[in-house]
Amino acid sequence: MTITTPNTPTASETLGGESASQAARSDGELSTRDMLLNIGPAHPAMHGIVRIIAQLDGEQIEKAEVEIGYLHRGFEKMSEQVDYNGVIPYTDRLNYVSPLINNMGYCMGVEKLIGIEVPERCHYVRVIVSEISRVSDHLTCVGATAMELGAFTVFLYMIKAREYLWELIEEVTGARLTVSYCRVGGVKGDLTEGFGERCAAAFLKTRKVIAESEGLLLRNRIFTDRMEGTGTLSAEDAIAYGITGPFLRATGAEYDVRKDCPYAVYDRIDFDVPVGTTGDNMDRFLVRMEEMEQSMLIVERALEQMPPGPVMSDPATGRPIPAAEMVDLAKMGKIAKLIGGCAVAGPTLEGSGNAHRPGTATDEKRVFLPTKEDAYGNIEGLMQQFKLVMFGHGIRPPEGEVYMPVEGANGELGFYIVSDGGPGAFRVRVRPPCFAIMSCLSKLLTGEMIADIVPTFGSVNMIGGELDR
Amino acid sequence: MNTEELTQAVKDRAKGAVTASHAYRGDTTLTLRPESLVEVAKTLKEDADLAMDLLVDVTAVDYLTFGDKGSPAFFASSGVSVRPTTQIPDEDPWPGPPSEERYALVCHFYSTTHKHRLRLVVPLDEDDLEVDSLAELWPAANWLEREVWDMYGIRFRGHPDLKRILMYEEFEGHPLRKDYQVDKRQPLIGPVN
Repeated sequence: MTITTPNTPTASETLGGESASQAARSDGELSTRDMLLNIGPAHPAMHGIVRIIAQLDGEQIEKAEVEIGYLHRGFEKMSEQVDYNGVIPYTDRLNYVSPLINNMGYCMGVEKLIGIEVPERCHYVRVIVSEISRVSDHLTCVGATAMELGAFTVFLYMIKAREYLWELIEEVTGARLTVSYCRVGGVKGDLTEGFGERCAAAFLKTRKVIAESEGLLLRNRIFTDRMEGTGTLSAEDAIAYGITGPFLRATGAEYDVRKDCPYAVYDRIDFDVPVGTTGDNMDRFLVRMEEMEQSMLIVERALEQMPPGPVMSDPATGRPIPAAEMVDLAKMGKIAKLIGGCAVAGPTLEGSGNAHRPGTATDEKRVFLPTKEDAYGNIEGLMQQFKLVMFGHGIRPPEGEVYMPVEGANGELGFYIVSDGGPGAFRVRVRPPCFAIMSCLSKLLTGEMIADIVPTFGSVNMIGGELDR
Repeated sequence: MNTEELTQAVKDRAKGAVTASHAYRGDTTLTLRPESLVEVAKTLKEDADLAMDLLVDVTAVDYLTFGDKGSPAFFASSGVSVRPTTQIPDEDPWPGPPSEERYALVCHFYSTTHKHRLRLVVPLDEDDLEVDSLAELWPAANWLEREVWDMYGIRFRGHPDLKRILMYEEFEGHPLRKDYQVDKRQPLIGPVN
C-alpha cells in the first residue's frame, strides 16, 4: 500500500477537499487530520487491478473512491469488427473464471437474434458445463477470500478442488481456461464417453474439500469475526444498485435468472436458490457455499435427465472413429463407410467441427460449420465451410435487437446484441454483473475499518475481465 | 404481465411519451421522447403494477453506419426458414432503428416482484446529446451513465459526477462511436512504431 498525504494533488482533488476533522481544534482536544490511503491498482488484495482511494479517520474509512478501467481491452469495439463466431473467444476472456457461462450467454443471445432452436441435448450439455464453471468460480472466490484472511490452507484445498473440475472441463472442451466451447447453434463437441462417472468421482472429491474447508473456516474465530457484520447491505440498497447474483441473494432477495426467467432447460431441473438474511460478508460466503452444492445437484440431475446422445461408434467395428481417420477416409472418397458413424471429439480438438452429432448442434447449414468429412469430401460441404469462415461472410442474422440474460457466477450476465443484417454484430453490449457490485463498493466500505476492505472486496468477486471489458 | 399488457400499461400511465413500441423476439420495447425519460422511469419504478425496481442496464447504440454492410442477409427480416423455438416468439417483426437520429439510449428494466422485463429506447439528436440522468432514481445509473458518457459522449443532466470511467482522463474522443476508427492512436500512446 502506498501512503499519501492529503497534499498529493490527484488524490485530494478526487475526494474533493478537506473534511471537518482536519481543521485544528480549539477546544483542547488532540488535533487530528484525515489520511488518504491509496490501495492499488497493483496490490495483491485487489484481485487484478482496481484502485481504492480511502480517506481515513484513524482506522475508519470516511470516504472511499473506487477507480476501475485498468483492464479495459475494448471488448465491445472488437466485437463489432469480427464476425459472430469470432466474438466467442473474446467472451472467454470476460469472466475468465467461468468462461463457459459467458460462451453460453453470448451464443444464446445470437440464437435468439436468429431465432433458431438448438437440440435438447445441447441445452443439457451447456447447462452441465456452465454449472461446473459456476462451482469453480465460487471455489476461486471463496478460496481467495479465505486466503486473504489468513487461511492459506483453505485456498490450496479449494484450488485443488477447482483442478478436479477443470480436468472435467478440459476433457470436454480441450482447454482449461479459454475454452471457446459453445458455438452459435450448438456446442463444439458432445460430452466424452464416461463423462458421467468421472464427473461423479470429481464431485465426490470436491464435496469432501468443500465440507472440510467449511469446517476449517466456520470454526475459525479469525475468519468468522472478520466476516460477520462487515460489508452489510440491505436488500433495497442492493436492488437499487442493480446488484444481482449471490451478492443480492445474501441480502434475502430471491432473484435468480435461472428460476425467474428460465432459459435453456433450467425450468425442468429441480434446485434450490439459497438466500441469506443479513447481507454481510458471512452470508455471501454461506450463499456461495450452498450454491456450489446446488450447482453440483443440477449437474447430476441434468446428467440423469439428458436425452441419450448419438451412437459414438463405427457400426462395422463397434469402436468410435477418431476424427483424423474419418477425415482420411473422406478425402479418399470413402463416404459410404462413414454413414452412421460419428467422429470422437478428443481433447486435442480433433473432430471439433463435427456437427453430425445428432443432438448437440442445430442442423441449420447457414449457422453451424459442416462436419470435417463433408468439408473435405464434397463440394457442398466445402462451400458451406467457406461461406461461414470467409471474411465478409459468416452467420447473418436478420436485423434486430435482443437482450439475453443468463445467470453468471456473479449475477445477471446480459448480452444486448443489435444486428443490421451484416456478417458481424452491429453492437454487442455486455451487462457485466460485477460492475453493479463495484459501483456500490464505495458505499459498502464507508464507515468500516481498513481491515474490512479485504473481506468485503473479496466477497465482491471482482473479475477484471468482465468489469472493464 | 405479458408484452401487450405491459406496453398498454405504460402507454396509459405516460400519455404521449411513448412514440413507438415493438416486441421483437419477445423483448418488450418502448421508444420514448428524450424529455419524458425520467418521468416514465419514475412511473415504472413507483407504480405498483409495474414495480420495475431493478435498473439492469443503461447503454447506447450509434446507428451512424447501420445497414452499410453490402450484401443482403441470409435470413429474411422476419420468419426464419428454420423453426423458431417456442421460447423465442417470431410474430412481431423488428421495425428497424428507433428513428432517424444517430444515437439511441437503451435502458433495460426488470421487476423483481412481477418478473417482467422492459426496454426503453430514447433516440437522441446528434447536435443535442443530452438527456436527464436516472441517477436520482437508481444509484445503479451513476456508473452506467458514466460509461455511456465515456463510450458515446452522451451527457446526462443532473448526474452527480459525470466523468470517464473505463478510459483515462486524457483520452480523446469516444471509442464506441462508429466514426472512431478502431486503430486510432491516442496522444498519450503516440504514433505507431
